[in-house]
Amino acid sequence: MSRFVERHPAWALITIIAIAVALWLVFAVWPPGLEEAIGRKRVFLNAVFNGITLGGLYFLVASGFTLIFGLMRNVNLAHGSLYLFGGYIGYAISTSSGSWILGFIIAFILTAAVGVLLQVIVFRRMEGQDLRQTMVTIGLSIVFADLMLWACGGDFYQIQTPNWLIGPIELPLITAIKSSGEPVYLRYPMVRLVIFIASVIIGVAMWLALNRTRIGMIIRAGVDDRDILAATGVRIQLVFVGVFAFGAGLAGIAGVVGGTFQSLSPGEDIRFLLASLVVVIVGGMGSIPGAALGAVIIGLAEQLGSVYIPTYAIVVTFLIMVLVLAIRPQGLLARR
Amino acid sequence: MSLAHDARLAVGRATEAQRAARTWPEINNPAAWAVAAILVIMPLIASSFFLIEIFATTLILGTMALSLMFLAGYGGMVSLMQLTIAGFSAYMVAVFGVSGNANISLGWPWWLAVPMALALATAFGTLGGALAVRTEGIYTIMITLAIGAAFYYFTNQNWAIFNGHTGINNVATPRFWGVNWRADIPFYYIVLAVAAFCYFAVQYVVRAPFGLALQGVRDNPRRMAALGFNVNAHRIAAYAFASFIAALAGVLQVWNYRQISPGSVSVGACIDVLIIAVVGGITRPIGPFIGALTFVLLRTFALDFLVRLGLDGNRFRLLIGLGFLAIVFWSSDGVIGLWQRWRQHQRREVSRSGRGRGHG
Repeated sequence: MSRFVERHPAWALITIIAIAVALWLVFAVWPPGLEEAIGRKRVFLNAVFNGITLGGLYFLVASGFTLIFGLMRNVNLAHGSLYLFGGYIGYAISTSSGSWILGFIIAFILTAAVGVLLQVIVFRRMEGQDLRQTMVTIGLSIVFADLMLWACGGDFYQIQTPNWLIGPIELPLITAIKSSGEPVYLRYPMVRLVIFIASVIIGVAMWLALNRTRIGMIIRAGVDDRDILAATGVRIQLVFVGVFAFGAGLAGIAGVVGGTFQSLSPGEDIRFLLASLVVVIVGGMGSIPGAALGAVIIGLAEQLGSVYIPTYAIVVTFLIMVLVLAIRPQGLLARR
Repeated sequence: MSLAHDARLAVGRATEAQRAARTWPEINNPAAWAVAAILVIMPLIASSFFLIEIFATTLILGTMALSLMFLAGYGGMVSLMQLTIAGFSAYMVAVFGVSGNANISLGWPWWLAVPMALALATAFGTLGGALAVRTEGIYTIMITLAIGAAFYYFTNQNWAIFNGHTGINNVATPRFWGVNWRADIPFYYIVLAVAAFCYFAVQYVVRAPFGLALQGVRDNPRRMAALGFNVNAHRIAAYAFASFIAALAGVLQVWNYRQISPGSVSVGACIDVLIIAVVGGITRPIGPFIGALTFVLLRTFALDFLVRLGLDGNRFRLLIGLGFLAIVFWSSDGVIGLWQRWRQHQRREVSRSGRGRGHG
C-alpha cells in the first residue's frame, strides 16, 4: 500500500479523494442543491446497495469461472448453463421441500457432479488444447440450454424467499430529514444483505483456503506451472476434478441466489456468462480478488447506470471493459 | 549450421509459395468448375424457395463465416463479433437508407447508404479488432464475445438509433435500370457475385505478401516481430479486411429479410457463425460455405425430419449443438477434415489391397 503511494502519488491522491467523496455521498445528509441536481438520496443509496449486492452475485458466478480458468486454462463458456441449471434445481427443491437452504445444498452438489462429469468425460481428453476445449464448452452450452428449455419451458421462475428473510431491514444510514427534524433511515430488503454477506464470507473463505492451506498451495502451484507440480508427485488430475467441481458448484449456488434476487428463464445463462466474462476481464483472469473487485465495479456500474442513464447502462459496463483493456490488458489485479 | 538450414528451408518455402501464388488453386480443379457452373445456372433448376431460403441464405451466412474463417484460419484469432459487424452494417443500411421507420431512417439513396454502412462497419470492426489484439488466444474469444453481447444489449436498449427491440422494418431494397434487385433471381445473382468476390478476395489476399506475413504472425509472432514485421498492425489489418467482408454480408442480409432487429445480432446468432465456420472447417475458404449449407439445410428441414422420426420438432438447436460437439470431438478441421481423412483412408486402403494382391 505504502509502496503504491510512493510510486504513484497522483493516483493515490485521486483514489483517496474519490473514496472520500463516495463516503460523504453515502453517510452525509445531502444538501438540497445536490438533491435537485441528481435526485433523491434514497434512490442513490438504493442503487449503490443494489449494485454492491448484485456484485456479490456476480462474484459467486465469476469466481468459479476464474478459478477454473486459472488452474486449467479452460474458458468454460458453459458456465452460464451451470448457473441456470443450479437455479432450476434450487427452484425445484425449495418448492417441493419448502426449504431454501436445502435448495442451496442440493444445487451445489448436483452442479458440482455435472462439473465432475464434464472434467472427467470431456476435458481430460483434450488437455492442453484450450481452443478446442472452448469450442466444446460452446457446444455444450447450446445443448444444455436446449435441454433445459425442453425440461423447464420458457416460463419465468422465481424462488420463494424464506419467511425469516422477507421484509426490509432498517439501516443506520440517513436518507433525508423530515420537516419535523426527524431523520428517515434507509430500508433495504434483508435477503439481499444476507446473501451479500454470505458471498463475502465465501470469498474470504476461498481466499484463506487458497493462501493458508495445503490444498490452496497445491492449486496456486498448479496455476503457476502444472507440469512441474505434476512432476513433484501431486495427483494433478484429482486437483483438476476437485477445482472444477467446486467452481461448478459455486455457479449452481449463484443460480439459486439469482433465482431469489431476480428470476430464472432461458437466456439468463448467456446474461450471466457475459457478466462473468466482463468481470474477469476487468478484474484479471484467474485472480479471486480480481473477480471480487471486478464484480463490485460491474455491479455498481450496471445499477447506477440504469438509474441515472437508463438507455446507456450497458454501454457504461462496456466502456469500463474497454478502458481496462486499454490501460491494463491483463486486468486490474492480475499478477502478470 | 542450424541458421543456414533454416534459411534454406525458408527459401524453399518461399519459392513454393511463389509458384502457388501464380495460379489460382481452383483453375485446375474440375470439381470447382462444376460447382461454379451449378451455382450459375441454379435459377433454372431450383424453385424460388430453394433459391432464396436455401442457397442465397447459405451464401450470405457463408460469407459471414468466411470472414471468421479468414481471421481464425490465417490469423489465428477466433473472433465471435463477425456477426455483430454484419449486423452493425445492416443497421446502418437501415438507418441511412429508406425504411418503414421514417423517424429514424435518413432516407439516403442506396448507393450512398451502402458505402456509408460498409465504411462505418469496417471502422467498427477495426476498432473492435484493435481492442481484441491487445490479448491473445482464448482471451480474444472472450473479448469479442463480450463486444457482441454488449452490442446486442445496446440495440435492445437504444431507441434513438436502433429502435429498441422492435428493430427497423420494411427496409427498402435497390431498384435501378428497371430491375427490382430484390426479386428472387436478380437477388440470387447479387448474392452469388458478392460471395464469389469475397471468396476470391480471401484466396488472393492469403497468397499476397500481406497474407503470407499474417500466416507468419499466426505461427510465430515473436519471430515475425524480430524480423521487423509489426505484428499488431498485421492483426488489425486482418480485422479490417474481415470486417469489410462481414459488412458486405450484412448489407445482403438486411436486403434479404428487409428488416433488422436485435434478435439477428443476439449472442446465439454470433455463436452460430462460429459453428458454421468450425463445422465447415477453418483451414480453407470453402469450409464456411459447406458449413453454412449444412446449417441452413438442418435449420430448414430438421423440424420436418424430427417430426417424421416421431420426435419433438423444436429440438432443432439440440441437433445443431450435438452435431457441433461431434465435429469438434472427432475432427479438428470440420467437414473438410473428415473428407480429407476419408480420402487418405481410401488411398491407403487401395494401396494396401493393391500390395496385398501383389503378394498373393
